Amino acid sequence: MQPNLFHPLAYTFTFYFFGLTALASAVAFVTRKSPVAAAMWLVNVMFCLAGLYVMLDAQFIGAIQVLVYTGAIMVVFLFVIMLLNLGHVSDLLDARGKWGQLIGLFLGLGLLAEVMALNRHNTIERMIPPDLAAKAAEAASRSAAGGVIGPIAAPLFKEYLLAFELTSILLLAAIVGAVVLGKRRTNAR
Amino acid sequence: MLVEALALSAVLFSIGVVGVLTRRNAIILFMCVELMLNAVNLSFVALSTLYGAAGQVFVVFTMTVAAAEAAVGLAIIIAIFRHVKTVNLQNINLLKG
Repeated sequence: MQPNLFHPLAYTFTFYFFGLTALASAVAFVTRKSPVAAAMWLVNVMFCLAGLYVMLDAQFIGAIQVLVYTGAIMVVFLFVIMLLNLGHVSDLLDARGKWGQLIGLFLGLGLLAEVMALNRHNTIERMIPPDLAAKAAEAASRSAAGGVIGPIAAPLFKEYLLAFELTSILLLAAIVGAVVLGKRRTNAR
Repeated sequence: MLVEALALSAVLFSIGVVGVLTRRNAIILFMCVELMLNAVNLSFVALSTLYGAAGQVFVVFTMTVAAAEAAVGLAIIIAIFRHVKTVNLQNINLLKG
């Protein structure tokens, strides 16, 4: 990891600030009744995640998180919410019944326990081969001269070129599909 | 900070799952899926501090897939809304016959 300019205590404080804000916003997002309020809380979560990406030395990802997610995807969501005019009382009471909510909560807590058991400190350290970590640190220190985008662009256009090209086909299919689905049929058969 | 970031990713993913399981508004369901994708992105970025920049390349791919999924999903929601005049999943039961 590249050395960053934060004081360690300030780094920890800022990290926890962004993390806890993201957590609180996510809880608020799931519990809001109004879709517009939920979308706004989700935008807050995404901004906090962008801050965390910058703190984890992924500045480019933080920038496109703000541009693509909060700037494009969430705006499309808000467009659809306002296009469909979802603000009626019947639409706001959308949560499942008490049993459905309890079952959902327990399933979520069970999943959380499973993932946390996998995430424990010693598990992560056991998963990482010692030579790989050393190699990654060496590669990070070597690519520090190439800036922030260079280390991402080089594997994107060399190692993962086929996946990158397939992504363009995926986007084309998505555009065509969205246009076909959204088109209003003039002569209903 | 790696362990904290992975724990936050797990909690955010679980919140997204709970949202999918407990809400019936189709658009909020889609937004919960976006939250789950974001949680996975966070763990990709956190692990890329150890394993090199390949994790960040995968985050770019994930964002592309999320954008395509949002476009097609919202088009489907609009097409369904024209038929049944609601996005409440309780009232969308055409496949029940």
